Amino acid sequence: MTQTLLQVKDLKTHFFLEDGVVPAVDGVSFHLNRGETLAVVGESGSGKSITATSIMRLIPNPPGRIVGGEILFNGEDLLKKTEKEMRAIRGNRISMIFQEPMTSLNPVFRVGHQIAESLMVHQGLNKQEALEKSIEMLRLTGIPSPEKRAHDFPHQMSGGMRQRVMIAMALCCRPELLIADEPTTALDVTIQAQILDLMLELKEQLGTAIIMITHDLAVVAEVADRAVVMYCGKLVEEAPVLELFDNPLHPYTRGLLKSIPHINDNQERLYMIEGMVPALTNLPPGCSFAPRCPEARPRCHVERPSLKEVSPGRRVSCWLHEGGVR
Amino acid sequence: MSQAQVSVQVNEPVEQVYSPAADFWRRLRKNKLAMVSLVFLLALTMVAVFAPYVAPYDPYLSDMPKALQGPSSEHLLGNDELGRDILSRIIYGARISLRVGLIAVGIALSAGMVLGSTAGYYGGRLDNIIMRLMDIMLAFPSILLAIALMAVLGRGVENAIIAIGIVSIPEYARIVRGSVLSVKENEYVQAACAIGNNDWQIIFRHILPNVMAPVIVRATLGISTAILETSALGFLGLGVVPPYAEWGTMLGSGRGYMFNAPHLVFFPGIAITLTVMAFNLLGDGLRDALDPRLRR
Repeated sequence: MTQTLLQVKDLKTHFFLEDGVVPAVDGVSFHLNRGETLAVVGESGSGKSITATSIMRLIPNPPGRIVGGEILFNGEDLLKKTEKEMRAIRGNRISMIFQEPMTSLNPVFRVGHQIAESLMVHQGLNKQEALEKSIEMLRLTGIPSPEKRAHDFPHQMSGGMRQRVMIAMALCCRPELLIADEPTTALDVTIQAQILDLMLELKEQLGTAIIMITHDLAVVAEVADRAVVMYCGKLVEEAPVLELFDNPLHPYTRGLLKSIPHINDNQERLYMIEGMVPALTNLPPGCSFAPRCPEARPRCHVERPSLKEVSPGRRVSCWLHEGGVR
Repeated sequence: MSQAQVSVQVNEPVEQVYSPAADFWRRLRKNKLAMVSLVFLLALTMVAVFAPYVAPYDPYLSDMPKALQGPSSEHLLGNDELGRDILSRIIYGARISLRVGLIAVGIALSAGMVLGSTAGYYGGRLDNIIMRLMDIMLAFPSILLAIALMAVLGRGVENAIIAIGIVSIPEYARIVRGSVLSVKENEYVQAACAIGNNDWQIIFRHILPNVMAPVIVRATLGISTAILETSALGFLGLGVVPPYAEWGTMLGSGRGYMFNAPHLVFFPGIAITLTVMAFNLLGDGLRDALDPRLRR
């Protein structure tokens, strides 16, 4: 068994709309080791969720299509699988947690039933066995009196509870990879910490690797081993989390880190990155970040940089770092 | 398990929480008109089922001396042009009307659901083909289309049911398609996909239960339309063949005596009106009870 669980190579997911082609994900490559937590960081519209849904092969088609690249999961290319083979993988070996716990559960079914469904689909358990196992999963996620709560409808639960149910649903078949798409964004800060702790704890217990998609750098710092930063559908930087926070290389990453307000600073105004994310249909010819970059040089506006390894485990896509870390 | 027991006490909600079904029933019960209609329809169903025991006379037994006689203590609603007991005929007619309503709506509903959910879920060209077909059907006045179908199929109750069922498919297809379009955007549908369900499992287990509310309401109202349409077909002499007791047919054959024996058209008319009204009121009540915006 290799160390690498998932290898995404030059993934391209484009959306074909009336007013042009939107390259939502444009040549993204990264890898994930077994049992590792990788954070995918970026603003809204940077393509991080599309990357995740591409791995699950859940891109709505039309208008979206994966136009190129490879997604190697245990060495097998997911993009070459038939739809039937993919269904056997989804929820079983790769599963996903969504952002909105309020809308990710079907309102007409009891939560126990919803967890049991995945077990019935993948493990061929009968209804009774599946229900018992789903109660077991609810207990594992720290829901009090799970025997009783399993018979609740989603609207009878709070957001945090529902997110626990989602986690139970995602993990009940012991997947090798869990993709969490902003799992804590919709929750209170206090519940956020609990849910993150729960995910990390279950990750240890079940040996699941996690791809954590988030725009919250505090979440990244807390849970991830490595992080990749996305901007306009491309990776701009990849680094182990500590290094990313200590020594961000890409001007965009620096901007992001600077935008976190610190309680000790007596700032009047909060730092922000000037300008707007450019429309994906009309990207500048050079580096996508160049128009907003405080350190942009003439070359940045005309030529697009590529992702280069600057030191082991660190890659950055910026002309400033051509030829090593400054 | 002591921890669990403690938290049971903590979590025990102050206000009673209902399952959606119990909640729905509780709200429907508050609607008096809908409840009266429900009781009326249940009673009508019982009468129809036990017609041979309830009806005072044989509905087909002609008693010529009593022809066109008005209501009396012997014949509560009077006799028709052939001296048959009108009350008995109305009771037997309830069998046909209810059967037509339920089966025609059943046909329309099942076909409409399959077509509508396929169109809504898959979208694209398939959606276009199905919905344009439905549009073509909708372009005809429904009674005209039903008459044309009757001309092809031939007369008779079964054919009337089939014709009325087919004619109302587009309405259900459109309602289901519209609801599916909005429901399929919900994250729980994506979540269902993400745990490895196939398309049909997603449509039938996850989407359709969530589109049932408007469909149930429309179906209830649709039953009354179907009853009216059978009556109309019967009135035109196309639906139910004359000796059969059917409300519309009774109305049709009685129309020649409207001025000297009005009870011939009055009572079947009342029967149609009451039944249709009851289904409509029940439909309204169902809509109110199922509409999540009215939930408190």
